[in-house]
Amino acid sequence: MNGNYLIEFSYLLASILFIYGLKGLSHPKSARRGMNSAALGMLVAIVGTLLHHDIINYTWIIVGLLIGGLIGAAMSIWMPMTAMPQRTALSHAFGALAASLVGISEYYQHIVAEGGTVDRFKMIALGFEVLFGSLTVTGSLLAFVKLQELMRGTPVTYKGQNFINVTLFAAAAVIFIYLIYDPTQSVLFYVMVALSFLFGILLVLPIGSADMPVVMSLMNSYAGLASAATGFAIGNNVLIIAGTLDGFSGFILSILMCKAMNRSVTNVLFGAFGSVSTDTGPGVEGVMREVGADDVAVQLAYARQVVFVPGYGMATAQAQHAVRELAEVLQHKGVNVKYAIHPVAGRMPGHMNVLLAEANVPYSALYELEQINPEMQATDVAVVIGANDVVNPDARDNPKSPIAGMPIIEVDRAHNVVVLKRGKGKGFSGLENPLFFKPNTGMLYGDAKSSLSKLAQAVQQA
Amino acid sequence: MCVLALAEGSSMSATALMASLYVFALAAFLGYQVISRVPPLLHTPLMSATNAISAISVVGSILTAGGNYSNVSKLLGFIAVTSAMINVVGGFMITDRMLKMFKEKIGGEKGGKEDRH
Repeated sequence: MNGNYLIEFSYLLASILFIYGLKGLSHPKSARRGMNSAALGMLVAIVGTLLHHDIINYTWIIVGLLIGGLIGAAMSIWMPMTAMPQRTALSHAFGALAASLVGISEYYQHIVAEGGTVDRFKMIALGFEVLFGSLTVTGSLLAFVKLQELMRGTPVTYKGQNFINVTLFAAAAVIFIYLIYDPTQSVLFYVMVALSFLFGILLVLPIGSADMPVVMSLMNSYAGLASAATGFAIGNNVLIIAGTLDGFSGFILSILMCKAMNRSVTNVLFGAFGSVSTDTGPGVEGVMREVGADDVAVQLAYARQVVFVPGYGMATAQAQHAVRELAEVLQHKGVNVKYAIHPVAGRMPGHMNVLLAEANVPYSALYELEQINPEMQATDVAVVIGANDVVNPDARDNPKSPIAGMPIIEVDRAHNVVVLKRGKGKGFSGLENPLFFKPNTGMLYGDAKSSLSKLAQAVQQA
Repeated sequence: MCVLALAEGSSMSATALMASLYVFALAAFLGYQVISRVPPLLHTPLMSATNAISAISVVGSILTAGGNYSNVSKLLGFIAVTSAMINVVGGFMITDRMLKMFKEKIGGEKGGKEDRH
């Protein structure tokens, strides 16, 4: 019995360290120390568990720990920072897979192998575990495929999509309720697992790349809830605590991302944004003014304040280092340089911040939407790097626009705007952007990275 | 009440169930408080950090993989240990790699003339 107390105590310690670790993330200065203690908590919990007297054979445990540890270490060492959204999507899949498999394994052991039954409470917990777990596995894998651009990022839609999804979900729910009253129907259990695997795919199929930050946050949340459900199923408090923390973190992020797009979670999941071309009010008139790097360089060199607005285009072009080089050249000329970060810029929450941090941009130069907008009128040049919807003035001015009400970075209020864009096409959402047609906007076409390098050279000579 | 009714007649005692629900409710409340304070600057590290922490399911996987279970259950447990461990090691390492990059000011350069609020 003493051994068990020791294990329980290791779990308690781990829980405290996890919470302390997350608390550290409230500031970049305390973040690393916090995460080190969380990692220590994980170690304590794992070592504690290895002492459990129910364990009769360590072979598979050790092999699993080693293989998993090696893969995890390799992934984190060699993965480029630009691939962060894909890695995160994959890790949601791994986490959910673990939770889901533990649930299936428990069920199989008690019902099929031992021919017994499980009590209702445990069945409820197991049900939630495999439902959340399985749909997160396939949903996250599909998100990975879309982010890695193994398939097109545009929404996949078909007739009756929402009807099929709702029916599928209802079917899984009905089976779940039936199982609560009769857990021994193992065939039904497998059908439920299969349905939730399928549901995960169908849920993410209609979601476009621009909405990925919401999907990532939701999957983060579901993976956590699956872990929490595992905790209920095996009566383990540290699992409940850690899973709930993850679940709530993902939930809060989902809400923040939705707010930043002025949409509801339901609308993101079932709206198939970007696939429908509805009446968006009067079309945009005018011509886009193309500018050359030399003209832009002169504007930049004589500006008092320049604001860079990065978007997903900066990530695809891997232009974060080129941005910082240009910023440095400008700062040497006495220009005040700031970066404006929209919450949904990029493919996951905080995506732009990480890329700029990687390029050695100090975080004191990064500004949030609410901080930078009042300064826009005093900004001489706003440089938009591969961002589109987050600077679309239609969101503010045109109530008929599909993105109406979405908070934007108001670059159009700056004296001059320069938009770095690959080509003349529309953005991921397929929306026309009136910003590009404004008289004070210049379009600088080409690969963002080489455009920025050209600008840096030209500014130096100016 | 509904949950209690479901637990009735099962081997799980209502006290144990209530204890679990208490833990869940308190963790949810605490999580909300702690995570609301994380600035948007650190949202990507937050996601990878919570992901690493929820890989605590490795604990459940270990007991499944090494317990007195059938071979099928043990195999599933083994896969679960492996995938959870990918997140434990990978998650904490990548979070640290990211957090290392965040610097307030770069030495000798004029980055960020004004303080953020």
